[in-house]
Formats: sequence, structure tokens, C-alpha cells
Amino acid sequence: MGKYIIRRLLQMIPVIIGVTFIIYVAVFALGDPTIGRCGERACPAGYIAKFRADYNLDKPLIVQYLLYMGNLVQGDLGTNFFGNKVIDELAARWPVTLKLGTMAVIIESVIGITAGVLAGIRRGKFIDNLVTVSTLFLISIPIFVIGSFSQLIFGVSLGWFPVTATQGTTYQLIMPAFVLASASLAYIARLMRANLSDNLRADYVRTAKAKGLSNARTVGVHTLRNSLIPVITFIGIDIGALMGGALVTERIFNVNGIGNFLYRSITQKDGASVVGTIVCLVLIYLLVNLIVDILYGFLDPRISHD
Amino acid sequence: MTDTTRDSGLDTTSFVPLTTDATGGPEAPLSAPAKGEKARSLGTDAWEELRHRPMFWISAALIMFFLIMAAFPQLFTNVDPNLADLSKAREAPSPDAWFGRDNQGYDVYARTVYGARASILVGVFATLFVAVLGSFVGIIAGYRAGWMDSVLSRIGEVFLGIPLLLGGILFLYIFPNDPLTTPFLVQVGKVALVLGVLGWPLIMRLMRGSVLQVKPNDYVQAARALGASPTRIISSHILPNSLASVIVVSTINLGVYISVEATLSFLGIGLQPPAISWGIQISEASGIGMIRAAPHMLFFPSVALSLTVLAFIMMGDVVRDALDPRMR
Repeated sequence: MGKYIIRRLLQMIPVIIGVTFIIYVAVFALGDPTIGRCGERACPAGYIAKFRADYNLDKPLIVQYLLYMGNLVQGDLGTNFFGNKVIDELAARWPVTLKLGTMAVIIESVIGITAGVLAGIRRGKFIDNLVTVSTLFLISIPIFVIGSFSQLIFGVSLGWFPVTATQGTTYQLIMPAFVLASASLAYIARLMRANLSDNLRADYVRTAKAKGLSNARTVGVHTLRNSLIPVITFIGIDIGALMGGALVTERIFNVNGIGNFLYRSITQKDGASVVGTIVCLVLIYLLVNLIVDILYGFLDPRISHD
Repeated sequence: MTDTTRDSGLDTTSFVPLTTDATGGPEAPLSAPAKGEKARSLGTDAWEELRHRPMFWISAALIMFFLIMAAFPQLFTNVDPNLADLSKAREAPSPDAWFGRDNQGYDVYARTVYGARASILVGVFATLFVAVLGSFVGIIAGYRAGWMDSVLSRIGEVFLGIPLLLGGILFLYIFPNDPLTTPFLVQVGKVALVLGVLGWPLIMRLMRGSVLQVKPNDYVQAARALGASPTRIISSHILPNSLASVIVVSTINLGVYISVEATLSFLGIGLQPPAISWGIQISEASGIGMIRAAPHMLFFPSVALSLTVLAFIMMGDVVRDALDPRMR
């Protein structure tokens, strides 16, 4: 197991270097890092010269990148348009986003796994078809459509939930969390159903049945546990989609979190905030993926043996 | 697999997302002799299966419908989508304007019809880019193996390390579409290119996996012993085996790309008005004041967008099930 963890850690390093390098080159070498820093007008030459010196853009590319990575490691994501450090802006907002994300993960796991299990053990019956068709719809409807319609129907017309979640209380976040969870919920249900029905046909299930174990025990203990492993890893891997979803959900419901900050930075053309936030989110994404991979090695011993 | 696998009682065919995801799962056993009166190919089998699935016909009809709408919007409406009548802004649906009018007094029906083109073009371009580049790199990585494979696989991992929507925002922010000076096709091309650059490793891993699976087979070895060139081995032995799964995944991805394009446009960073796109329409309709005042502005483009995405994902789903003999 120790070897496996070390191997995964070592494999992660080139990916992190590659990802940050691509982003760095795209933003600072190919693109124009001064976009939007002077409002609607183009920046004056003096400002650009000072900016290039401040950000080491006059040095060779590889030196620039190393200096940038040095700052990044120390938590410096750059300073935005308003003279605020991007990391401070994110620090002020992450609790709400984390709360929203956690609520979404709980909703998607509970409903998704339940629906998937019901469909998997009643394969071909009504409940199976219901789950298959409804998840297809959930996957196909883009999250901003689901969000806008939930806001219209449950917020404005029926008045069941607050229309916006500006303060970010748990009650206000219920509807945004359901919206955020919707697509992942459908994927989890489908994955669970596929795993379960695959596993139910496996040899060890036949053995368990032949030994005379009850159906509840075969499904509940043997099959369910094995089918859950990929679902758990999916929830981890899905965090990338969840981040994108949070951006849309927070914009629709005016949640004062990281996603909404990113959206406002885009509309205000606040380049440093956009790039800093995305770099931060991508790094978190890679880190979570690494943790999930390692966790996977624990949950499924086969994976760490090869 | 080691011996411990058997002892632990785990099913060796169970779903392992980190790898099956990439290789497209166990391939249909092409070499297995077909049972029945006469030998049937996998393709014929799949077609027999598909013909009896209503979902196949529904998705095929929807795809045809939206393709025709994208190619010839004039067939569906005589109204100019750029004709704004401010005195009729936010008018509810009426015989005059079937889907009502939006904030600028545009005809929502006409704009919904003309919006199909942007979505379909972005989806098709991005999918083609991903399929061609991904297959090409995947074949090289799988066929050459060795250090070439390691390098290409690592590069693929780097691009997969950037979530699609976040990467899309970043790249389109740095290379923005200017509403007034960027021509429509360039805007579409840019969005498609960004999605393609971020998406190609998916197909590459799929292709690489299936090349690695097919390469050790006897018939490939025989072809090589007979002196077939790599090009011939790839085109007549390896490609036909992997094409089906590439097409299935590409079809599903087409739906996903359309959805991401609309999301980017919704966030104000993908296509830019005056370009007509469902994402932009929904974005304009989704302010809270607008939702109360004119829900029809939100409803019709949303339905069109969702149906298009649904059609492609459903098609991919149905075809995959038909190609997978375990589903029968």
C-alpha cells in the first residue's frame, strides 16, 4: 500500500506542473495579462511597462514560471483590480460554497444511491424504467435551465423556498443544493444501477445464494458494498463538475460564494481574480482526485497490487 | 490480477471507473461466433436491436429535426430574428408571435429557431476535433507503446486535469470573443476549439485502450507476419474494432458540448450577442425580474436546448446498449 501511495504522489507531480504551466503560458505569454485592468480603455504604455516588470514578464519564460510557482506555493494568487489579494477574497467566501457543496453531495449520495439500488434490484420493472428515464432527463437538462426553472416554480410561483440565498443560511441553500446536486445525482443513480446489476450476476453472488444466504444478506452485504466503491470514487472525481455547477447555481440564486465571485469577476473583466480563482479551483480538483485515488486503493485492494 | 483477487471473493468484472472509463469497458467479443440460423455481424445484431427500440427512433427524429433547423431556419419561420420592436417588448405568446417577445421585442420563436445553428455547430466542430485528434494520438500511443505512450498519456492527463467548464472560462477569458468585431463563425470556432483542446484525451484514452486490447490478437500478429504495413494493420484491423465505442462516446459528448457551450454563453463568456444562441437567450431571460415578468422568454429556448442535448445523449445511450451483448 505504501508503494501505491508513493507512486500516485509521484504521478501527480507532472500533472500539477503541466496544468499550471499550460495556464501560465496561456495567460501570461500567449494572452494579454493586462486585459481589463484599465477598465474599458487600453492600458497606457507606462502602466504596461510597470506591470511587466512587477510580474517578471521581462525575464525568460521558464524563470517567470518558476517565480510564479514560488508565489503560488506561498498562497499568493495575485492581486486584483481593486487592490485586494485574490486569496483573501476567496478566504472570505469559501465557507458558503463549502456548505452548498456539502449539502449537494449529501443530497446526491442519498437520493442517487437509493434510486440506483431500487432500479438495480428490480431490473426491467417499472421502477427501473422510471429511474433510467428520469435520470436521462436530469443529465440532459443543463444546470442553469434547472436552476432558473426551480427558481421560477418553487421560488416565485409556489413560494416554497426563498428566491435568492444572499445570506447563505441552510434553509436558503436547500433549493440551490438540490439544483447543484441534480446532474450528479442522476449519474450516481445510473452508476449504482449498472454496478449492482453487474455484480448480481457475479459468481460470488451465486455462491452466496448456493450457500443458502438470504437475499437481503447477499444484496445488502456482499453486492452493495462492492457496488459502492466506484460510486464513492465518482463522488470524488465529480468535484470538477460540482465546481462548474456551483458557479452557475451561485449566480442564479445570488449566493455570496466563490462561484458568484468568479462570475462577477468575469463580467467586471477582473482578470487577476478570474485566473487566480480558477488556478486555485483546479489545484483543489487535482488534490481531491489524488485523495480519491489513494482512497480507492484502500477500498479496493486489487487496485494497489498491480 | 493476483491470486488475492480470488480469495477476497471480489468479482473481477466489476466496474472499475478509473480504467473502464478510459478504455470504454470490456469490448464486445467480435470474434465470438454468432448463434442462430446464419452468422450475423455485430453491426447487424446491433441494428436488429436498435430497430425495435422506440428511444432510438425518438432521438433520431429529434436529431434530424434540429439538424434541419440549424441548416435551414428559413423553413421554420419567415420572421427576421434581428427585427426588434421595442413597443412590444416582453409580450406574452400570441398568434402574432407564437413564443412571445423578449426584452428587446425580438420574436422568441424566430430566435429559438435561429439559435439552433450556433449550438449544433459548436457541438459538431468540438466533437469532430476531439474524435480526430483523440483517435490519432490514441492510436500512436497504443501502437507505438513504450516512451511515446508514456509521454502522450501524461500530456493527456494534464489536459484532463482541467475541468471542462473552468478551463473553458479561463481560455475564453484570455482569448475573448469581441461582440462587434469577431465574425459568428470565428466565435463558434473558438468555443469549439477550446472544448476540443480540453476534451481530446477522453477519446485518446478510449482509443489507446482498444488498440492495446486488439494488438496482441492472433489475427493482428498474422497480418504483421505477412508483411502488412502499420497503416494497413491500423486501418483494417484496429480501427474497425474501436470505431463503435468512439462513435458512441462522441455522440454523448456532442450533447455535453452543446450543454457546456450554452453554459458558457449563459455566463456571458462564450458566444456574444448579436450572435443568436440559446445560452444567450436563457441568460437574458433569467434575471429575477425577467423571470417574473416574462417566463415565456425562459421557457422556449430552454426546452429547445434541453431537447437537443437529450437527443444526442439518448442516441449514444441506446446505441451503446445495442452494441453491448451483456445487455441482452
